[in-house]
Amino acid sequence: MSALAEISPQPLVRVEDVHTYYGKSHILHGVSLEVAPGEVVGLLGRNGVGKSTTLKTIMGLVPLSQGQVLLDGQKITGLPSHKLARLGIGYVPEDRRIFRLLTVMENLRTGLDRQGVSEAQRQALLDKVFTFFPVLGERRNQAGGTLSGGEQQMLAISRAMMLEPKIILLDEPTEGLMPRMVSQIRQIIDVLHNEGVAILLVEQNVPLTLAACQRVYIMEKGAVRHHCAASEIDVHDPVIKQYLGV
Amino acid sequence: MDAVVHFFQNFPYELLLIQTINGIVTGMILALVASGLTLIFGIMDVVNFAHGELFMLGAYVGIIVISSTGNFWLALVLSSLIVGILGAAIQVTTLRPLLGRDPLNTILATFGVSLILQNFALWQFGPVSRKIDQPVTTHFQLFYLQYPWYRILIAVLSAAMIGGLYAFLKYGKFGIWIRATTQDRVMAQAMGIPVPLVHTGVFALGAAMAAASGVLFGPLGSINHTMGLDWVLKAFIVVVVGGMGNLGGSILAAIFISLLEAYASIWVDPSQAVIVSFVVLILTLLFRPTGLFATPK
Amino acid sequence: MTRHTKIYWAGFAVVMAVLIVAPLVLPEFWRRFLTEVLIWGLLAMSSDLLIGYTGMISFGHSAFFGLGMYGAAAALLMFSPPNLWLAIGFGLVGAAGAALFVAYFSTRLRDIYFAITTLIFSQIFYVIIFTWTKVTGGENGLIFTRPHFSIPYLFDIRFTSTTLHWFVLAVVTGSYLILRRVTQSPFGMVLQSIRENETRTRAIGYPVQRYKIVSVMLSGIFAGLAGVLYAVQNEFAAPDFVYFVTSGDTVIFNVIGGIGTLVGPIVGAGFFQLLRELMSRIFGDQFPYLIPVGFIFIAMIIFLQQGLLGFARRWLNK
Repeated sequence: MSALAEISPQPLVRVEDVHTYYGKSHILHGVSLEVAPGEVVGLLGRNGVGKSTTLKTIMGLVPLSQGQVLLDGQKITGLPSHKLARLGIGYVPEDRRIFRLLTVMENLRTGLDRQGVSEAQRQALLDKVFTFFPVLGERRNQAGGTLSGGEQQMLAISRAMMLEPKIILLDEPTEGLMPRMVSQIRQIIDVLHNEGVAILLVEQNVPLTLAACQRVYIMEKGAVRHHCAASEIDVHDPVIKQYLGV
Repeated sequence: MDAVVHFFQNFPYELLLIQTINGIVTGMILALVASGLTLIFGIMDVVNFAHGELFMLGAYVGIIVISSTGNFWLALVLSSLIVGILGAAIQVTTLRPLLGRDPLNTILATFGVSLILQNFALWQFGPVSRKIDQPVTTHFQLFYLQYPWYRILIAVLSAAMIGGLYAFLKYGKFGIWIRATTQDRVMAQAMGIPVPLVHTGVFALGAAMAAASGVLFGPLGSINHTMGLDWVLKAFIVVVVGGMGNLGGSILAAIFISLLEAYASIWVDPSQAVIVSFVVLILTLLFRPTGLFATPK
Repeated sequence: MTRHTKIYWAGFAVVMAVLIVAPLVLPEFWRRFLTEVLIWGLLAMSSDLLIGYTGMISFGHSAFFGLGMYGAAAALLMFSPPNLWLAIGFGLVGAAGAALFVAYFSTRLRDIYFAITTLIFSQIFYVIIFTWTKVTGGENGLIFTRPHFSIPYLFDIRFTSTTLHWFVLAVVTGSYLILRRVTQSPFGMVLQSIRENETRTRAIGYPVQRYKIVSVMLSGIFAGLAGVLYAVQNEFAAPDFVYFVTSGDTVIFNVIGGIGTLVGPIVGAGFFQLLRELMSRIFGDQFPYLIPVGFIFIAMIIFLQQGLLGFARRWLNK
């Protein structure tokens, strides 16, 4: 496949034949995928096929029983999540999970308060986020729990951006959002891509995914079933119908 | 009518006021102890059975420091530091391996720790009670009593420490780390917060607060290896009445219960006055099990 | 009869035989020691019903034990000649009353809070007993004489340390068999289901709190029985036994011996007492034997959760 030849020799993130269980349930049956530095890769599939679990496994939130995960060629399997965050993996979970009782500013600080960040850099990061999401700037001293769903999503993404990660794992960012916000999400993905941040995007919104990503993987029943460049297919492609159709 | 007049004439107003002050003083120390317990419980879901023993050890370390340096304030600082480190060691060796297991295991484990600490104290210091001398021996005239300034000092210091804790939690990087970890441990870790370290740090902080309370309490009563149980028991009552995991609530509850006990001591023997706290607990469990002073955090 | 049943009862018979013969060959000190181990074992076993089968840790068993003890004391002091059966009756009623009181409040709360409140309630009883000197003898406790083993119009025998041992053994064995029957009954199954997943048990429709209350009461009654036996054996009742330390010891016996096995805690009690005796003989009275016990205890919680007999847990419960 032509898409595969474009993957750089050293992928940023590489998932190799990963099997994951929830208790006795075998959720991931040998998932393998790759994300190159700066690439936007999509992960499509119906509900329950294991897309979120794949992200959680990469982030160390769910232990895998077989296989491995590599970051920049280094094995990161089994490392605790806080180390992975420091190594450059940002995570935006499916239900946003912002800290409801912390203010917007404090939420951002959970990622911003790191070693090696100068005052100038801090200000620059904050400015970037407040420019792109002015609403967050306005509400910076409000508790996270008082924000609307869309605003919380913005906060969740911004929070991950504070880590200046090499890759952001985005789990269904447009779920439950109004169309206006969906396009804002699309824009932020493009901005991040232009800055060289890789993104692994789990989504149900096929048009958005195909437009924003360079490559897509399609999962079914806990394994990757199809893999191609985003440009090779469109919404009406039989592959889409097969794995995502009702 | 005469009886009513007689009642009001003989009502011990002065004693009541004195006991109010005494109640607040003990209440503040209890609040300091309970805050440490609440902090640990709120963040790690750990009921620290050994909290009373940390209080007790704090007092003993205080005695040792005072007997070699004669300085009460140095004792306060050193004791908090040493017991804080001990607390960190306990958390790392005994509680970290139990992370993720049924929380009942942590009660048992901390119970085991309390056994060791209590008997260690008995072994090293013997069964005879000791005392710490007051650092400030001046008095002021309160009605017919010479009231020791030291007691007022304790109340103020305890309040200052609790205030300091509150500020620490609200502002500053570590405060944010602690609050984020309390709200969502998994997400806090995903944001790069070293949660295991936060847990150890909080336990150490709670231990240090218990130790400081022990040193402050020293001049007020006698110090022996069994004193921990009474304090941890009362602290537990305070935590339940105040609403588990509710810092503000436990402070109010501590003062409330101490005041009631102080008033009860006017009419009954102090060892029976403690029944007051039991009654408050029972009433709370009957009518407001989430806590008398429970407010949304 | 299945093979399991045959082996189980064979083992049971062997253990019983040893315990029956033991007082005949042991010197006086060890005879009493063994009897006391059985009594503490009964206390620990009663607690196992809560910890091992219902999943509720109680730090309040000293209250049930103590009230059984004081109840027996009351009967033995109020009636002349002192009557064994009245002592048992009073003791059980006292313990049941305490258990009902504690159960009513504590079972409203889950898990950790339950443990704390049982602790607090047992201290309430301690303070009452300690300070109500007129009735309970306060600090000094009560002294009385051991009743005879008598059934009116049939016989009247004095207890010797050997026959007392057999009496205690009979009571403890009977209690074990009853408790075993309870844990294997449908009621016992519900308790275990509560232990495994309380929310689901409630969702299925069981009145969980009612089951918990009954469990606490059963546990309390047998703990009280142990208190009665203690009073009968030692001829005194003291507030020290109502103090928290007794509850703590009970939990130690349970964890070390193995929860959820019923016999495990008895072994745990024996292990603990034996360890204490050995340590004081080797290192002297002042040796803080509880420090190594504490370390063993913690190590068991972390590494050997099932305790000494835990490996046989499934087998013992079949």
